[in-house]
Amino acid sequence: MTSEEYTVILVYSTSYAIRAEKILREAGIESKLIPVPRHLSSSCGVCVRIARSSQEAALRALQQAGLEVDSVHDV
Amino acid sequence: MIYLDNAATSWPKPPGVAEAMVHFLDEVGANPGRAGHRLAVEAGRIVYNAREAVAELFNAPDPLRIAFGPNVTEALNLALRGLLRPGDHVITSSMEHNSVMRPLRALERQGVELTVVGCSREGFLDPADVVEAAIRPQTRMVALNHASNVVGTLLPVAEVGRICRQHGLLLLVDAAQTGGAYPVDVQADAIDLLGFTGHKSLGGPMGTGGLIVGERVDEKRMEPLKRGGTGSRSEHEEQPDFLPDMCESGTPNAVGLAGLEAGVRWVLERGVEAIRAHEVALTQRLIAGLCAIPGVTAYGCRDAELQTATVSFNIAGVEPSEVGLRLDDEYGIMCRVGLHCAPAAHRTLGTFPVGTVRFGLSAFNTMDEVEAALAAVGELAKEAR
Repeated sequence: MTSEEYTVILVYSTSYAIRAEKILREAGIESKLIPVPRHLSSSCGVCVRIARSSQEAALRALQQAGLEVDSVHDV
Repeated sequence: MIYLDNAATSWPKPPGVAEAMVHFLDEVGANPGRAGHRLAVEAGRIVYNAREAVAELFNAPDPLRIAFGPNVTEALNLALRGLLRPGDHVITSSMEHNSVMRPLRALERQGVELTVVGCSREGFLDPADVVEAAIRPQTRMVALNHASNVVGTLLPVAEVGRICRQHGLLLLVDAAQTGGAYPVDVQADAIDLLGFTGHKSLGGPMGTGGLIVGERVDEKRMEPLKRGGTGSRSEHEEQPDFLPDMCESGTPNAVGLAGLEAGVRWVLERGVEAIRAHEVALTQRLIAGLCAIPGVTAYGCRDAELQTATVSFNIAGVEPSEVGLRLDDEYGIMCRVGLHCAPAAHRTLGTFPVGTVRFGLSAFNTMDEVEAALAAVGELAKEAR
Protein backbone atom coordinates (compact mmCIF):
# COMPACT_ATOMS: atom_id res chain seq x y z
CA MET A 1 0.00 0.00 0.00
CA THR A 2 1.14 3.48 -0.74
CA SER A 3 0.81 6.28 1.71
CA GLU A 4 0.64 8.92 -1.05
CA GLU A 5 -2.50 10.99 -1.24
CA TYR A 6 -4.38 11.09 -4.51
CA THR A 7 -7.02 13.10 -6.26
CA VAL A 8 -9.30 11.50 -8.79
CA ILE A 9 -10.86 13.49 -11.60
CA LEU A 10 -14.11 12.10 -12.98
CA VAL A 11 -14.90 12.89 -16.59
CA TYR A 12 -17.87 11.95 -18.73
CA SER A 13 -16.51 8.95 -20.59
CA THR A 14 -13.44 6.90 -21.36
CA SER A 15 -12.72 9.02 -24.45
CA TYR A 16 -12.58 12.07 -22.18
CA ALA A 17 -10.35 10.25 -19.71
CA ILE A 18 -7.86 9.33 -22.43
CA ARG A 19 -7.87 12.87 -23.72
CA ALA A 20 -7.29 14.10 -20.16
CA GLU A 21 -4.35 11.70 -19.82
CA LYS A 22 -2.79 13.18 -22.98
CA ILE A 23 -3.37 16.77 -21.88
CA LEU A 24 -1.78 16.06 -18.50
CA ARG A 25 1.19 14.29 -20.07
CA GLU A 26 1.79 17.31 -22.30
CA ALA A 27 1.62 19.50 -19.20
CA GLY A 28 4.20 17.29 -17.50
CA ILE A 29 1.74 15.95 -14.92
CA GLU A 30 1.83 12.26 -14.12
CA SER A 31 -1.53 10.52 -14.15
CA LYS A 32 -3.03 7.06 -14.19
CA LEU A 33 -6.37 5.92 -15.54
CA ILE A 34 -8.14 3.75 -12.97
CA PRO A 35 -11.64 2.29 -12.64
CA VAL A 36 -14.01 4.82 -11.09
CA PRO A 37 -14.14 4.04 -7.33
CA ARG A 38 -17.54 2.60 -6.54
CA HIS A 39 -18.28 5.10 -3.74
CA LEU A 40 -17.94 8.00 -6.20
CA SER A 41 -20.01 6.71 -9.07
CA SER A 42 -21.40 3.47 -10.40
CA SER A 43 -20.14 4.30 -13.88
CA CYS A 44 -18.24 1.40 -15.42
CA GLY A 45 -15.69 3.72 -16.97
CA VAL A 46 -12.31 5.00 -15.92
CA CYS A 47 -11.22 8.18 -14.18
CA VAL A 48 -7.95 10.06 -13.94
CA ARG A 49 -5.88 9.66 -10.77
CA ILE A 50 -3.19 12.20 -9.99
CA ALA A 51 -1.07 13.06 -6.97
CA ARG A 52 -3.02 15.46 -4.79
CA SER A 53 -0.09 17.87 -4.93
CA SER A 54 -0.62 18.36 -8.68
CA GLN A 55 -4.40 18.88 -8.48
CA GLU A 56 -4.35 22.62 -9.08
CA ALA A 57 -2.00 22.41 -12.06
CA ALA A 58 -3.92 19.48 -13.52
CA LEU A 59 -7.31 21.18 -13.34
CA ARG A 60 -5.81 24.30 -14.88
CA ALA A 61 -4.32 22.29 -17.75
CA LEU A 62 -7.62 20.52 -18.42
CA GLN A 63 -9.55 23.77 -18.32
CA GLN A 64 -7.12 25.43 -20.72
CA ALA A 65 -7.56 22.52 -23.13
CA GLY A 66 -11.33 22.87 -22.88
CA LEU A 67 -11.94 19.46 -21.37
CA GLU A 68 -15.04 19.36 -19.21
CA VAL A 69 -14.60 17.77 -15.79
CA ASP A 70 -17.47 15.99 -14.02
CA SER A 71 -16.18 16.11 -10.46
CA VAL A 72 -12.99 16.06 -8.40
CA HIS A 73 -12.44 13.93 -5.29
CA ASP A 74 -9.70 13.32 -2.78
CA VAL A 75 -9.11 9.65 -2.18
CA MET B 1 -3.38 -8.29 -61.68
CA ILE B 2 -4.43 -4.66 -61.81
CA TYR B 3 -6.83 -3.42 -59.17
CA LEU B 4 -8.93 -0.48 -60.37
CA ASP B 5 -11.90 -0.78 -58.01
CA ASN B 6 -10.58 1.67 -55.44
CA ALA B 7 -13.69 3.84 -55.59
CA ALA B 8 -15.50 0.95 -53.92
CA THR B 9 -12.74 -0.19 -51.58
CA SER B 10 -9.06 0.67 -51.77
CA TRP B 11 -6.53 -2.12 -52.11
CA PRO B 12 -3.76 -2.69 -51.31
CA LYS B 13 -3.72 -1.00 -47.92
CA PRO B 14 -0.83 1.23 -46.85
CA PRO B 15 2.05 -0.43 -45.00
CA GLY B 16 1.38 -0.60 -41.27
CA VAL B 17 -2.39 -1.08 -41.47
CA ALA B 18 -2.43 -4.87 -41.21
CA GLU B 19 0.36 -4.72 -38.59
CA ALA B 20 -1.66 -2.34 -36.41
CA MET B 21 -4.64 -4.67 -36.58
CA VAL B 22 -2.56 -7.74 -35.77
CA HIS B 23 -1.00 -5.86 -32.85
CA PHE B 24 -4.45 -5.05 -31.54
CA LEU B 25 -5.66 -8.63 -31.79
CA ASP B 26 -2.50 -10.23 -30.45
CA GLU B 27 -1.37 -7.75 -27.82
CA VAL B 28 -4.37 -5.65 -26.74
CA GLY B 29 -7.66 -7.24 -27.63
CA ALA B 30 -9.78 -5.86 -24.77
CA ASN B 31 -12.97 -3.82 -24.87
CA PRO B 32 -12.24 -0.08 -25.01
CA GLY B 33 -14.11 1.95 -22.44
CA ARG B 34 -15.72 -0.97 -20.69
CA ALA B 35 -13.30 -1.62 -17.84
CA GLY B 36 -10.42 0.03 -16.05
CA HIS B 37 -7.74 -2.59 -16.50
CA ARG B 38 -4.61 -1.91 -18.51
CA LEU B 39 -5.69 -3.68 -21.68
CA ALA B 40 -9.08 -1.98 -21.74
CA VAL B 41 -7.38 1.39 -21.23
CA GLU B 42 -4.85 0.62 -23.96
CA ALA B 43 -7.70 -0.34 -26.32
CA GLY B 44 -9.36 2.97 -25.41
CA ARG B 45 -6.13 4.80 -26.23
CA ILE B 46 -5.96 3.13 -29.64
CA VAL B 47 -9.54 4.17 -30.44
CA TYR B 48 -8.81 7.69 -29.20
CA ASN B 49 -5.66 7.89 -31.33
CA ALA B 50 -7.77 7.03 -34.38
CA ARG B 51 -10.06 9.92 -33.44
CA GLU B 52 -7.09 12.27 -33.29
CA ALA B 53 -5.72 11.09 -36.63
CA VAL B 54 -9.08 11.63 -38.34
CA ALA B 55 -9.46 15.03 -36.68
CA GLU B 56 -6.01 16.05 -37.93
CA LEU B 57 -6.71 14.92 -41.49
CA PHE B 58 -9.99 16.83 -41.75
CA ASN B 59 -8.90 19.74 -39.51
CA ALA B 60 -11.71 18.99 -37.07
CA PRO B 61 -11.17 21.05 -33.89
CA ASP B 62 -12.43 18.47 -31.38
CA PRO B 63 -11.62 14.73 -31.68
CA LEU B 64 -14.45 14.01 -29.24
CA ARG B 65 -16.99 15.33 -31.75
CA ILE B 66 -16.23 12.43 -34.07
CA ALA B 67 -18.72 9.57 -33.82
CA PHE B 68 -17.25 6.36 -35.17
CA GLY B 69 -19.43 3.82 -36.92
CA PRO B 70 -19.14 1.02 -39.45
CA ASN B 71 -19.10 3.14 -42.63
CA VAL B 72 -20.12 6.41 -44.24
CA THR B 73 -23.63 5.10 -44.91
CA GLU B 74 -24.34 4.90 -41.20
CA ALA B 75 -22.77 8.33 -40.68
CA LEU B 76 -25.02 9.87 -43.35
CA ASN B 77 -28.06 8.10 -41.92
CA LEU B 78 -27.19 9.45 -38.48
CA ALA B 79 -26.90 13.01 -39.76
CA LEU B 80 -30.06 12.90 -41.90
CA ARG B 81 -32.35 10.81 -39.72
CA GLY B 82 -30.90 12.22 -36.52
CA LEU B 83 -31.44 15.87 -37.33
CA LEU B 84 -34.29 16.23 -39.84
CA ARG B 85 -37.90 16.33 -38.61
CA PRO B 86 -41.23 16.40 -40.44
CA GLY B 87 -41.78 19.92 -41.78
CA ASP B 88 -38.04 20.54 -42.26
CA HIS B 89 -36.79 21.16 -45.79
CA VAL B 90 -33.54 19.65 -47.06
CA ILE B 91 -31.67 20.27 -50.31
CA THR B 92 -29.50 17.73 -52.10
CA SER B 93 -28.05 17.27 -55.58
CA SER B 94 -28.92 15.01 -58.48
CA MET B 95 -25.44 13.44 -58.25
CA GLU B 96 -25.95 11.68 -54.92
CA HIS B 97 -25.22 8.10 -54.00
CA ASN B 98 -28.09 6.08 -52.58
CA SER B 99 -26.49 6.41 -49.13
CA VAL B 100 -27.90 9.95 -49.16
CA MET B 101 -30.81 9.51 -51.55
CA ARG B 102 -32.48 6.52 -49.91
CA PRO B 103 -32.57 7.95 -46.36
CA LEU B 104 -33.85 11.22 -47.85
CA ARG B 105 -36.60 9.48 -49.83
CA ALA B 106 -37.64 7.64 -46.65
CA LEU B 107 -37.66 10.92 -44.70
CA GLU B 108 -39.74 12.48 -47.48
CA ARG B 109 -42.43 9.87 -46.84
CA GLN B 110 -42.36 10.91 -43.17
CA GLY B 111 -43.01 14.58 -43.98
CA VAL B 112 -39.56 16.04 -44.62
CA GLU B 113 -39.59 18.28 -47.71
CA LEU B 114 -36.87 17.44 -50.22
CA THR B 115 -35.48 19.42 -53.15
CA VAL B 116 -33.09 17.65 -55.51
CA VAL B 117 -31.09 20.32 -57.32
CA GLY B 118 -30.20 19.32 -60.86
CA CYS B 119 -26.56 19.11 -61.92
CA SER B 120 -25.14 19.42 -65.42
CA ARG B 121 -24.38 16.39 -67.59
CA GLU B 122 -20.77 16.75 -66.47
CA GLY B 123 -21.95 16.43 -62.88
CA PHE B 124 -21.37 20.07 -61.92
CA LEU B 125 -23.52 21.89 -59.38
CA ASP B 126 -23.91 25.65 -59.68
CA PRO B 127 -23.92 26.83 -56.07
CA ALA B 128 -25.05 30.43 -56.49
CA ASP B 129 -27.96 30.01 -58.89
CA VAL B 130 -29.30 26.68 -57.87
CA VAL B 131 -28.85 26.22 -54.15
CA GLU B 132 -29.87 29.78 -53.28
CA ALA B 133 -32.94 29.48 -55.47
CA ALA B 134 -33.98 26.33 -53.61
CA ILE B 135 -33.67 27.75 -50.07
CA ARG B 136 -36.97 28.25 -48.23
CA PRO B 137 -37.82 29.46 -44.71
CA GLN B 138 -38.09 25.81 -43.54
CA THR B 139 -34.77 24.76 -45.08
CA ARG B 140 -32.55 23.24 -42.44
CA MET B 141 -29.81 21.37 -44.24
CA VAL B 142 -27.96 20.93 -47.51
CA ALA B 143 -26.61 17.41 -48.08
CA LEU B 144 -23.99 16.94 -50.80
CA ASN B 145 -21.39 14.45 -51.85
CA HIS B 146 -17.95 16.00 -52.14
CA ALA B 147 -17.26 14.02 -55.30
CA SER B 148 -19.37 11.70 -57.40
CA ASN B 149 -18.75 7.99 -56.93
CA VAL B 150 -19.63 7.49 -60.60
CA VAL B 151 -17.52 10.08 -62.44
CA GLY B 152 -15.53 11.76 -59.68
CA THR B 153 -16.82 15.27 -60.40
CA LEU B 154 -16.14 17.51 -57.40
CA LEU B 155 -19.03 19.54 -56.00
CA PRO B 156 -18.33 23.07 -54.73
CA VAL B 157 -18.81 22.28 -51.05
CA ALA B 158 -16.90 25.31 -49.73
CA GLU B 159 -19.03 27.73 -51.76
CA VAL B 160 -22.20 25.96 -50.66
CA GLY B 161 -20.85 25.99 -47.10
CA ARG B 162 -20.58 29.78 -47.20
CA ILE B 163 -24.14 30.03 -48.51
CA CYS B 164 -25.31 27.72 -45.73
CA ARG B 165 -23.66 29.91 -43.09
CA GLN B 166 -25.34 33.01 -44.55
CA HIS B 167 -28.74 31.33 -44.38
CA GLY B 168 -28.30 29.52 -41.05
CA LEU B 169 -28.37 26.07 -42.64
CA LEU B 170 -26.31 23.00 -41.82
CA LEU B 171 -24.06 21.54 -44.51
CA LEU B 172 -23.68 17.76 -44.54
CA VAL B 173 -20.90 16.47 -46.80
CA ASP B 174 -20.40 12.88 -47.89
CA ALA B 175 -16.62 12.63 -48.18
CA ALA B 176 -16.57 8.93 -49.10
CA GLN B 177 -14.80 9.62 -52.39
CA THR B 178 -12.52 12.46 -51.28
CA GLY B 179 -11.32 11.77 -47.74
CA GLY B 180 -7.59 11.04 -47.99
CA ALA B 181 -7.44 11.72 -51.75
CA TYR B 182 -8.44 15.38 -51.95
CA PRO B 183 -8.07 18.12 -49.34
CA VAL B 184 -11.04 18.31 -46.98
CA ASP B 185 -10.99 20.97 -44.25
CA VAL B 186 -14.19 21.10 -42.24
CA GLN B 187 -13.35 24.57 -40.92
CA ALA B 188 -12.18 26.25 -44.13
CA ASP B 189 -14.92 24.55 -46.16
CA ALA B 190 -17.65 25.48 -43.62
CA ILE B 191 -18.75 21.85 -43.27
CA ASP B 192 -21.00 21.19 -40.27
CA LEU B 193 -21.33 17.44 -40.67
CA LEU B 194 -18.76 15.31 -42.48
CA GLY B 195 -19.39 11.64 -43.20
CA PHE B 196 -16.24 9.63 -43.92
CA THR B 197 -15.45 6.02 -44.55
CA GLY B 198 -12.28 4.21 -43.60
CA HIS B 199 -11.98 1.65 -46.36
CA LYS B 200 -11.37 3.88 -49.37
CA SER B 201 -8.66 6.57 -49.58
CA LEU B 202 -8.12 6.69 -45.81
CA GLY B 203 -6.42 3.33 -46.27
CA GLY B 204 -8.23 1.60 -43.42
CA PRO B 205 -10.19 -1.62 -43.29
CA MET B 206 -13.89 -2.12 -44.01
CA GLY B 207 -16.15 -1.60 -41.02
CA THR B 208 -14.72 1.79 -40.09
CA GLY B 209 -16.12 5.26 -40.71
CA GLY B 210 -17.86 8.03 -38.90
CA LEU B 211 -19.43 11.42 -38.65
CA ILE B 212 -17.64 14.62 -37.66
CA VAL B 213 -20.15 16.81 -35.85
CA GLY B 214 -19.34 20.52 -35.99
CA GLU B 215 -19.90 23.08 -33.28
CA ARG B 216 -22.94 24.53 -35.08
CA VAL B 217 -24.78 21.23 -34.68
CA ASP B 218 -26.73 20.94 -31.44
CA GLU B 219 -26.18 17.30 -30.53
CA LYS B 220 -28.89 17.55 -27.89
CA ARG B 221 -31.32 17.73 -30.84
CA MET B 222 -29.72 14.78 -32.64
CA GLU B 223 -31.42 11.40 -32.35
CA PRO B 224 -28.92 8.54 -32.27
CA LEU B 225 -29.64 5.68 -34.68
CA LYS B 226 -29.23 3.17 -31.90
CA ARG B 227 -29.07 3.16 -28.12
CA GLY B 228 -27.27 0.89 -25.71
CA GLY B 229 -24.19 0.44 -23.62
CA THR B 230 -21.52 3.10 -23.86
CA GLY B 231 -19.34 2.42 -20.83
CA SER B 232 -20.37 5.83 -19.50
CA ARG B 233 -23.23 6.90 -17.21
CA SER B 234 -23.92 3.26 -16.50
CA GLU B 235 -26.19 4.14 -13.60
CA HIS B 236 -28.69 5.66 -16.05
CA GLU B 237 -31.17 3.78 -18.20
CA GLU B 238 -31.35 6.80 -20.51
CA GLN B 239 -28.89 7.26 -23.36
CA PRO B 240 -26.07 9.77 -22.70
CA ASP B 241 -26.61 13.09 -24.46
CA PHE B 242 -22.98 13.96 -25.20
CA LEU B 243 -20.62 13.14 -28.04
CA PRO B 244 -19.24 10.74 -29.00
CA ASP B 245 -20.85 8.30 -26.55
CA MET B 246 -24.45 9.15 -27.49
CA CYS B 247 -23.79 7.86 -31.02
CA GLU B 248 -21.44 4.99 -30.24
CA SER B 249 -23.52 2.39 -28.42
CA GLY B 250 -22.21 -1.14 -28.44
CA THR B 251 -18.69 -2.48 -28.65
CA PRO B 252 -16.81 -0.56 -31.34
CA ASN B 253 -14.68 -2.01 -34.12
CA ALA B 254 -11.50 -1.27 -32.19
CA VAL B 255 -9.36 -3.59 -34.29
CA GLY B 256 -10.62 -1.82 -37.41
CA LEU B 257 -9.98 1.59 -35.86
CA ALA B 258 -6.40 0.51 -35.07
CA GLY B 259 -6.03 -0.13 -38.81
CA LEU B 260 -7.80 3.13 -39.67
CA GLU B 261 -5.38 5.12 -37.54
CA ALA B 262 -2.43 3.51 -39.34
CA GLY B 263 -4.02 4.27 -42.72
CA VAL B 264 -4.71 7.90 -41.86
CA ARG B 265 -1.20 8.32 -40.42
CA TRP B 266 0.20 7.03 -43.73
CA VAL B 267 -1.96 9.54 -45.64
CA LEU B 268 -0.79 12.35 -43.34
CA GLU B 269 2.83 11.31 -43.71
CA ARG B 270 2.67 11.10 -47.49
CA GLY B 271 0.48 14.21 -47.63
CA VAL B 272 -2.93 14.60 -49.25
CA GLU B 273 -1.48 17.10 -51.74
CA ALA B 274 1.15 14.61 -52.90
CA ILE B 275 -1.42 11.82 -53.18
CA ARG B 276 -3.69 14.16 -55.11
CA ALA B 277 -0.88 15.17 -57.52
CA HIS B 278 -0.10 11.50 -58.22
CA GLU B 279 -3.74 10.70 -58.85
CA VAL B 280 -4.29 13.76 -61.05
CA ALA B 281 -1.38 12.69 -63.28
CA LEU B 282 -2.77 9.16 -63.63
CA THR B 283 -6.32 10.41 -64.17
CA GLN B 284 -5.23 12.88 -66.85
CA ARG B 285 -3.56 10.08 -68.81
CA LEU B 286 -6.51 7.72 -68.26
CA ILE B 287 -9.08 10.25 -69.50
CA ALA B 288 -6.98 11.33 -72.49
CA GLY B 289 -6.29 7.70 -73.40
CA LEU B 290 -9.96 6.66 -73.17
CA CYS B 291 -11.15 9.67 -75.18
CA ALA B 292 -8.65 8.79 -77.94
CA ILE B 293 -10.05 5.26 -78.42
CA PRO B 294 -12.68 5.14 -81.21
CA GLY B 295 -15.97 3.79 -79.87
CA VAL B 296 -15.23 4.73 -76.23
CA THR B 297 -17.31 7.37 -74.46
CA ALA B 298 -16.01 8.78 -71.18
CA TYR B 299 -18.52 10.51 -68.88
CA GLY B 300 -18.42 13.40 -66.46
CA CYS B 301 -16.27 16.49 -66.68
CA ARG B 302 -13.23 14.65 -68.11
CA ASP B 303 -10.90 17.11 -66.45
CA ALA B 304 -8.55 15.54 -63.89
CA GLU B 305 -8.25 18.83 -61.99
CA LEU B 306 -12.01 19.02 -61.43
CA GLN B 307 -12.59 15.44 -60.35
CA THR B 308 -11.22 12.58 -58.30
CA ALA B 309 -9.36 9.60 -59.77
CA THR B 310 -12.62 7.85 -60.70
CA VAL B 311 -13.44 7.60 -64.40
CA SER B 312 -16.56 6.10 -66.00
CA PHE B 313 -16.85 5.06 -69.63
CA ASN B 314 -18.60 2.74 -72.04
CA ILE B 315 -17.55 0.91 -75.18
CA ALA B 316 -20.08 1.25 -78.03
CA GLY B 317 -21.84 -2.01 -78.69
CA VAL B 318 -20.64 -3.81 -75.53
CA GLU B 319 -22.58 -4.02 -72.28
CA PRO B 320 -20.66 -2.73 -69.22
CA SER B 321 -21.07 -6.15 -67.58
CA GLU B 322 -19.41 -7.82 -70.58
CA VAL B 323 -16.55 -5.31 -70.48
CA GLY B 324 -16.03 -5.95 -66.77
CA LEU B 325 -16.05 -9.72 -67.21
CA ARG B 326 -13.56 -9.67 -70.08
CA LEU B 327 -11.25 -7.18 -68.35
CA ASP B 328 -11.11 -9.52 -65.36
CA ASP B 329 -10.92 -12.83 -67.24
CA GLU B 330 -8.58 -11.85 -70.08
CA TYR B 331 -6.52 -8.99 -68.65
CA GLY B 332 -6.62 -9.41 -64.87
CA ILE B 333 -8.08 -5.91 -64.52
CA MET B 334 -10.61 -5.46 -61.74
CA CYS B 335 -13.15 -2.68 -62.01
CA ARG B 336 -16.81 -2.05 -61.28
CA VAL B 337 -19.64 -2.01 -63.80
CA GLY B 338 -23.31 -1.02 -63.71
CA LEU B 339 -25.18 1.68 -61.84
CA HIS B 340 -22.81 2.11 -58.86
CA CYS B 341 -25.66 2.58 -56.33
CA ALA B 342 -26.37 6.03 -57.73
CA PRO B 343 -29.39 6.02 -60.08
CA ALA B 344 -29.88 9.80 -59.77
CA ALA B 345 -26.30 10.43 -60.86
CA HIS B 346 -26.69 8.12 -63.85
CA ARG B 347 -29.87 9.95 -64.91
CA THR B 348 -27.94 13.23 -64.67
CA LEU B 349 -25.05 11.86 -66.70
CA GLY B 350 -27.32 10.19 -69.27
CA THR B 351 -26.09 6.69 -68.42
CA PHE B 352 -29.30 5.31 -66.87
CA PRO B 353 -30.23 2.41 -66.92
CA VAL B 354 -27.26 0.86 -68.72
CA GLY B 355 -24.63 2.16 -66.31
CA THR B 356 -20.92 2.45 -66.96
CA VAL B 357 -17.59 0.75 -66.59
CA ARG B 358 -15.78 2.47 -63.73
CA PHE B 359 -12.04 2.66 -63.14
CA GLY B 360 -11.23 3.96 -59.67
CA LEU B 361 -7.54 4.70 -59.14
CA SER B 362 -5.66 5.03 -55.87
CA ALA B 363 -2.34 6.28 -54.55
CA PHE B 364 -0.94 2.79 -55.19
CA ASN B 365 -1.72 2.60 -58.91
CA THR B 366 1.04 3.33 -61.40
CA MET B 367 1.25 4.86 -64.86
CA ASP B 368 2.17 1.42 -66.23
CA GLU B 369 -1.10 0.04 -64.89
CA VAL B 370 -3.03 2.89 -66.50
CA GLU B 371 -1.31 2.18 -69.83
CA ALA B 372 -2.11 -1.54 -69.53
CA ALA B 373 -5.77 -0.74 -68.80
CA LEU B 374 -5.94 1.61 -71.79
CA ALA B 375 -4.42 -1.03 -74.04
CA ALA B 376 -6.99 -3.58 -72.85
CA VAL B 377 -9.92 -1.20 -73.41
CA GLY B 378 -8.45 -0.37 -76.84
CA GLU B 379 -8.44 -4.04 -77.84
CA LEU B 380 -12.01 -4.63 -76.63
CA ALA B 381 -13.21 -1.50 -78.45
CA LYS B 382 -11.44 -2.53 -81.65
CA GLU B 383 -13.05 -5.93 -81.52
CA ALA B 384 -16.51 -4.39 -81.08
CA ARG B 385 -16.19 -2.13 -84.12
